[in-house]
Amino acid sequence: MAALNEEQTMLRDMARDWSNEKSPVSAFRKMRNDAPAEGYDVTAWGEQAEMGWAGIIIPEAYGGSDFGWLSLGLVLEELGRNLNASPLGASAAAASAIILGGSDAQKEAWLPKLASGEVVGTLAIDEGPHHRPDKIETSLSGGKLSGTKEFVPEGDSAGLFVVAATDGLYLVDGSDGGVSRASRTMTDHRSHAQVTFEGVAAEKLEGGGDDLTDQVLDRARAIACAEMLGMAVQAFETTLDYLKQRVQFGQVLASFQALQHRMANMFAEIELMRSSVEGALQAIDSGMGVAQAVSTAKATANDTLNLVSREMIQLHGGIGMTDEHDAGFYIKRARILENQWGNASFHRERFAQLSGY
Amino acid sequence: MATAAETIDENEAFREEARAWLAENFPEELKNQGNAMAGVDGPTAETPVQRQWREAMGEKGWGVPTWPEKYGGGGLTPKQARILTEEMNRIGAYNPIGGMGVMMFGPTLLEYGTEEQKQEHIPPICKGEIRWCQGYSEPGAGSDLASLQTFGEDKGDHYLVNGQKTWTSGGQWADKCFCLVRTDKSEKHKGISFMLIDMNDPGVETRPIRLISGASPFCETFFTDVKVPKENLVGAEGEGWTIGKRLLQHERSSLSGGGGAAARMFSGGSLSDQAKQYRGVNDNGEIADKELRDKIIKFEMLQRNFMNTLRRASEEAKGNQGPTAATSIMKNVGGKITQERAELVLEIMGMNGLGWEGEGFEPAELAATRAWLWGKAVSVYGGSFEIQNNIVAKRILGMQDHQ
Repeated sequence: MAALNEEQTMLRDMARDWSNEKSPVSAFRKMRNDAPAEGYDVTAWGEQAEMGWAGIIIPEAYGGSDFGWLSLGLVLEELGRNLNASPLGASAAAASAIILGGSDAQKEAWLPKLASGEVVGTLAIDEGPHHRPDKIETSLSGGKLSGTKEFVPEGDSAGLFVVAATDGLYLVDGSDGGVSRASRTMTDHRSHAQVTFEGVAAEKLEGGGDDLTDQVLDRARAIACAEMLGMAVQAFETTLDYLKQRVQFGQVLASFQALQHRMANMFAEIELMRSSVEGALQAIDSGMGVAQAVSTAKATANDTLNLVSREMIQLHGGIGMTDEHDAGFYIKRARILENQWGNASFHRERFAQLSGY
Repeated sequence: MATAAETIDENEAFREEARAWLAENFPEELKNQGNAMAGVDGPTAETPVQRQWREAMGEKGWGVPTWPEKYGGGGLTPKQARILTEEMNRIGAYNPIGGMGVMMFGPTLLEYGTEEQKQEHIPPICKGEIRWCQGYSEPGAGSDLASLQTFGEDKGDHYLVNGQKTWTSGGQWADKCFCLVRTDKSEKHKGISFMLIDMNDPGVETRPIRLISGASPFCETFFTDVKVPKENLVGAEGEGWTIGKRLLQHERSSLSGGGGAAARMFSGGSLSDQAKQYRGVNDNGEIADKELRDKIIKFEMLQRNFMNTLRRASEEAKGNQGPTAATSIMKNVGGKITQERAELVLEIMGMNGLGWEGEGFEPAELAATRAWLWGKAVSVYGGSFEIQNNIVAKRILGMQDHQ
C-alpha cells in the first residue's frame, strides 16, 4: 500500500467499511439475479454519490473534492474486492475528459452533475470487439455526429457520452433523440451496450492537446486497474481462506507445500501488481510518465488477474465451478476488464513504441 | 521538547558539520571509488590514501553512523545518517567501512552480546580493522541449516570444536568467524550455540571453492580441535538458533533482491540498445527479432514493477518495524530479475556472450558470461527461492507447517 495521507486513509477505511457492510459479493449476486435495466445497483450508487465518491477527481470549483487519482483508486479497489456494480469508474473517466479538454462552459454544464452523481457519464470509444482507438469511423457531418460504438460500459443508462470521432472527442447528451442503445448481456452481468449515434448534436472538447484521447484513455485504464487490483486481492484471500479450512487426506490443503508455493508465487505477483497500479495512479496525480506507467500497470494487471482468477477456480476444485460459489463472478468480470481499454499485448506494444524498442 | 523547526535547524546544522568534515577529510583522488572492504571479492591491498580515508572514517565512527558512540559508532540519528549519505553521494565519497561485520555480525552482537563482548568486538568493526566471515552452512546442512553437525565439546573453560563449514564467503582472508556450532546432540534447534572463532587458530584450514563461473570468494572451512574460549559464546548455550536467525534477517535485508548484483549487471547499457546493436533493426527502427523484443518488453515492465515495489517498501517501512508484505517478496523477485536479464543478454549476444576468456571477445561479453553463471547463485544463497516461498507461505500467508 502506498504511503497515504490522513484524508486518503479515512477515505479508504470508509470505502472498505461501506463495501463490506452494504455491498458484499452477495449484493452483486442479488443484482445479477434481479437484472435491473441500468446494469448496476441504483441504491448503492446513490449512497456512493452521497458520500462524495463521484467527485473525487473533480475540482472543488465544480462540486468535487479534488482528492486525486490515487484516492479514487483506493475506493475502486475496495469496491472491486466485492465486485460492486457501480458506474463510479465510467463516470470518473468521462469527467476526466471534460476536466482535461473541456471549455469553462462545458465544465460548468457537466462537472457538477457528474460530481453529485445526478448524471452518469461514460466513454464511447471502441467500434469493435478489440480496443482500437486508432480505428475510429464515427465522424461529423454538417455539425452532427454519427457512428456506432460497441461494448460501451454503462451504455444502458449513461446520460452523457464522451464519444471518439475521427477528429477528437465530443460530448453527446444521452437524451438526444438520435441516440439508440442495444443492451449486451455479458459474462459479468454489468452494463454494456451498443450505442448508435445518428446525426446527434455534439460539442467538441477543444482543449487538452493532440493526445487528449490518449490521456483520457489512460485514466480509464488506471480506473480498470484499480478495480482489478481489488479483485485480485480478494480472489487470492478467498482462495487462501479456503485452503486453510478444506481437509483432504486428513489434513488441511494449506499444509501441502505444492500449494504453499503456488500461493507464495501468486502473492509476489499481486504485490508487484499493487506497486504497478498504485504507481500508475500516482503518475497521473503528478503528471509524470503517465503513458508508460499506465501501460505497464494495465499489462501487469491483465496478466496477474488472469492468473489469480484461474487459480481461484482450480484451487477451489469442484465447488469453484458452481454458480453457487463466487469464484465464477471473479473470472467473468476479470476477462471483461482485461479486454477493456487494451489487452496485455496492446499495452506491451504501446510501451515498446513509447520506449523506442 | 524540540519543536519541528528546531529539529530541522539541528539537521541543517548537522549537514553543515558533515559537509565541512568531509571536505577536510575525504581525499579528492578517491572520488567515485568503491569500498574494498564491503565486497567479498578479495583483500584488495589498500593504498596509503585509501588507508588514510578508512582510518579517518573509522576514528569518526561514521562508517557505522547509527551505532552507539560508546563502542566507536557514529551515534547519529537515522535522519542524520541519511544526511551524511546524501553529503557523501554529493561529492562521490564511498563508505570505507563494511563487510559482514557491519552488515550482519555487529547489529546482532549489539543486540545479544555481553558488555565485554561489545567492548572487544564492536570498535574494530567500526574502524574497519577486522574482517568477519560467516560459519553457517555445512555440506549436509544447507536449506535445513539446523541439522548442522560441527560440534563443540565442553572442556570446562573452552569448547573443543571439530567439523566442516562450507560457503564461507571470504573465509580465506577473514580474521574471525561467527559460527553456529552444535553443543548438544540430543536437541536439533536448541542444541545449537553461536560462537566466535579466530581464523588464525592453527586448527582452522580454508580451501577456496571454484564455481561454474570460475574463481569465487567462497571457501570450505575445516575445524580440527579448535579451542574456543567460553567468553566467545554469544548468548546462552543453546540459544544459537535464535541469534543465528536474527542475523539472517540482517543478511536478507542487505541482499534484498540481489540489488547489488543487479546494479552491477545493469551497467552494460539498456537491453534494447544492446539488442539493436547485436540483432539490428527492422524498417520501422524496431529491434528486428520480434520474439526477443517481446521478451525485453516483459522484462522491462517487470523491472519497473520491482523498482516501484522497492520504493513502496521503503515508504511503508517508515514508521513501521520489521519486514512488510512487500519486503518478503524482494529476494525472489530480485533474483528472478537478475537471472532473466543475464539470460536475455546472452540471447542478444549469441555466441559472443558465451566466451570464457581470451581473444575474440569484448570485455563486456566475457563479463556477461561470468555474470550469467554467477547469477544462478542468487536464487540459492541467503535462503533459496524455495525456502523464501516457505517463509512467505508460513509467516505472511499463515499457511500451516508442512513438516
